[in-house]
Amino acid sequence: MKKLAAIVLVTTCLFLVSFTSDKKGYQVGDDVSDFNLKSTSGEMVSLASYKEAKGFIIVFTCNHCPFSVAYEDRIIALQAKYKAKGFPVVAINSNNKDIEPEDSYEEMIKRAAEKKFNFNYLYDSTQEIAHQFGAARTPHVFIVEKQKSNLILKYIGAIDDNTDEPEAVTKKYVETAVDQILAGQEVTTPMTKAIGCTIKWKK
Amino acid sequence: MSLSAQKREVIKLDQLLTILNNQSDSLLVLNFWATWCKPCVEEMQEFLRIEQELENKKVRFIYLSLDFKRDFESKLVPFVNKRKMMSDVFLLDEPDYDAWINIVDPSWQGSIPATLLLTPNAENRHFHEGQLTYPELKKIINTYLP
Repeated sequence: MKKLAAIVLVTTCLFLVSFTSDKKGYQVGDDVSDFNLKSTSGEMVSLASYKEAKGFIIVFTCNHCPFSVAYEDRIIALQAKYKAKGFPVVAINSNNKDIEPEDSYEEMIKRAAEKKFNFNYLYDSTQEIAHQFGAARTPHVFIVEKQKSNLILKYIGAIDDNTDEPEAVTKKYVETAVDQILAGQEVTTPMTKAIGCTIKWKK
Repeated sequence: MSLSAQKREVIKLDQLLTILNNQSDSLLVLNFWATWCKPCVEEMQEFLRIEQELENKKVRFIYLSLDFKRDFESKLVPFVNKRKMMSDVFLLDEPDYDAWINIVDPSWQGSIPATLLLTPNAENRHFHEGQLTYPELKKIINTYLP
């Protein structure tokens, strides 16, 4: 009986550990693992392939979500402003195409062309990278800084504080965070939350 | 419940805070959704079904829309009328999401749908981020019904 109880306990613990680690993802300060995903250009892209970068603005986004669409122009503007400063945008779509056909790889290629995306738009077909990061919604931003051979997570959250009215934005969270990293300062707001579309997980 | 009692209003954070106190003798089921959110709309069918089944129980539903304010008359109200929604529907006009998401629940990442259950006077709470099925919602409600 004791043996059975022990097995049940161990199994429960294993379940809890796998469940929580899966759900939580990276925290600010963590060393992020590189990935290798297919871009809408057809090439495989990893963070290591950006030799000159000092860090990255990684944006989990997609085609269909109105909140992602609302931010497309602002994501393009981030790339225009920060690529030259060493912080390029890397966009990732992790939605399952069976749940949301508008977010298939083929549709990503179309959207990238229509909107003339100036950044790599990658397809996380297995959803492994979204799980790894703990991305929950679109858009969901993760800013990492290269430190020697490490990629240290500096910011998790929203792009700014107004989805619908860009002209009414008062807090540009991502710009502030990257400016602070570039100036060698601490990121004063390392985490924010926002409403967004849930990532469409495979059932 | 009389039809004229249903509210369809744009609200601000102070009104949300009042709702979160749940000063009533009923269980409050507070659903965060939007007309553009497919899983929310799917889930809504199940909510409305359960709502009908529990009509005589001490449970109250509030549907808190996160549609943009400019879509209130053009999208939200027509949606609500078409579905003949019996409960209060509010549009929360607070675009600085980071200012209030943690107040609703610290574990909330901000994706919708999300649902908060509050017992009378907010003594107990249950928060769920993601789409609920009919049996899941029914089970949670039964756990907390006064």
